[in-house]
Amino acid sequence: MNINNIRADFPLLAQYPQIAYLDNAATLQKPRTVIERETAFYLKENANPLRGLYTLAQHATEAYEEARDTVRDFIHARSSEEIIFTRNTTESLNLAASCWGSFLSQGDEVLISVMEHHSNLIPWQQICRRRGAILKYVACDEEGTICEEAFRAAVTPRTKIVAMAHISNVLGTLNDIKTFARIAHQAGAVFVCDGAQSVPHIPVDVQDLDVDFLAFSGHKMGAPMGIGVLYGKKELLEKMPPFLFGGEMIEYVTREDATWAELPHKFEAGTVNAAGACGLAEAIRYYQSLEFDRIVEREHQLGVYAFEKLSSVPHLRILGGSAAEKHHGIFTFVLEGVHPHDIAEILSADDICIRAGHHCAQVLMQHMKTPSTARASIAFYNTEEEILRLAESLKTVRRRMGYAE
Amino acid sequence: MPSNFYREIINDHNLRPNHKHPLEGPSLTLRGVNPSCGDDITLLLKVENDLITDGAYVGDGCAISQASADMMLDLIIGRSKEEALRLADIFLRMIKGSVSEEELEELEEAAALEDVSHMPARVKCAVLGWHTLENILTIP
Repeated sequence: MNINNIRADFPLLAQYPQIAYLDNAATLQKPRTVIERETAFYLKENANPLRGLYTLAQHATEAYEEARDTVRDFIHARSSEEIIFTRNTTESLNLAASCWGSFLSQGDEVLISVMEHHSNLIPWQQICRRRGAILKYVACDEEGTICEEAFRAAVTPRTKIVAMAHISNVLGTLNDIKTFARIAHQAGAVFVCDGAQSVPHIPVDVQDLDVDFLAFSGHKMGAPMGIGVLYGKKELLEKMPPFLFGGEMIEYVTREDATWAELPHKFEAGTVNAAGACGLAEAIRYYQSLEFDRIVEREHQLGVYAFEKLSSVPHLRILGGSAAEKHHGIFTFVLEGVHPHDIAEILSADDICIRAGHHCAQVLMQHMKTPSTARASIAFYNTEEEILRLAESLKTVRRRMGYAE
Repeated sequence: MPSNFYREIINDHNLRPNHKHPLEGPSLTLRGVNPSCGDDITLLLKVENDLITDGAYVGDGCAISQASADMMLDLIIGRSKEEALRLADIFLRMIKGSVSEEELEELEEAAALEDVSHMPARVKCAVLGWHTLENILTIP
């Protein structure tokens, strides 16, 4: 991998050479090919897909459906009917919670982990309330690991749904989804995987993991904002009631009743984000052009370097795993005596972009007894130099905040 | 951020606050929270015959939210409720960028936060204490 060539693929990085962009877990910068693909849709293919019979509309439909096939291939789903386009991970998880959750009865249990992002927590919390079901949490240890025994102990004969992040957006921990899905299935529960942080950084195979649903966002892997995916096993999607009602999700409508369109259109009411879907397909092609194994290797290298450099900053404590390998490029930390918002403000003055706050994971923050933290997250286009700048800048923060050292 | 934003005056009020402590027998208590960033303070005031005789705050948050609350209490203890509300109005207008030189002087050290008017992401931090003050004095 030639890092200069890769960085040249990202117009924003070229536009601001002074910036060290280390907030990749929030959103990835966009390759030029993705921006051009989205533009090309509007320049050359724009019509409302799935409706018109004229040639232009057919081209729009083909482009949109080709994007679906590209996603299917990328996550190794059996069929393109199992790929539903949404706005983002949040909408995908709301769809799963609202539709599969409609089968919950009084006293049924939904199991999630304490490290869930709010988008994989509140939808379950609210559907449990409406259905009289019980929301249970499995905890992680200090290292951020959910061990198999703890998981087994939390699953009961009443567990109907298990929902869990593949990689934590705060700790970077990789959960053993394959094992947990098997245990959930043995108990008769369905398994929902939040792949927001995993799909952009490690190869994900839905058949190998054997998850029932997988949600992810395009924008965290270089696609435009506003396009996301819910993968669902066909037999489950067929059983589920629709999420939103309206145009293009129906088969036949009378004054009193309606029947639903075939999969996946049953879950894609209204005009879709076809240009965004084309952009996502292009982002996948960009990943494939770099070769995913090399992306993983490069991010691992940078992760080891970042862990070492951050660990050398006095008064700094990294949350979660005590080894670089546990973090998957996500480093959440506290600096003794300095509020994370002040850290982020000072780093911003040094042109370094990091996230500060609760990272949409307040339950985890409560569990870790840390109200607020700072987070640096890396991607394959980052450089060792940027990480060094991060560490050097962090070393100056306490002094700039009025401490003697 | 202006390069000298975290200067002594803000760092001092953050690291060595005058009024961050529990207060016995407050006549008014109100919690103020910025849910999106986690700044969380509780303002405690003793008010006798419309005069603020003592005050304090507890909680945690970033340097701006904490220093702002501390400087606010420096300013309002010993003043009438009406005066305190007038100063809160000046402070909030300063953050919006519409305040006169004379008004700025009235804010004393709190005027050090004027630069926040150019830092939109930090406005909520700076005004937390002052909004809590407005609420505590006006909501029956």
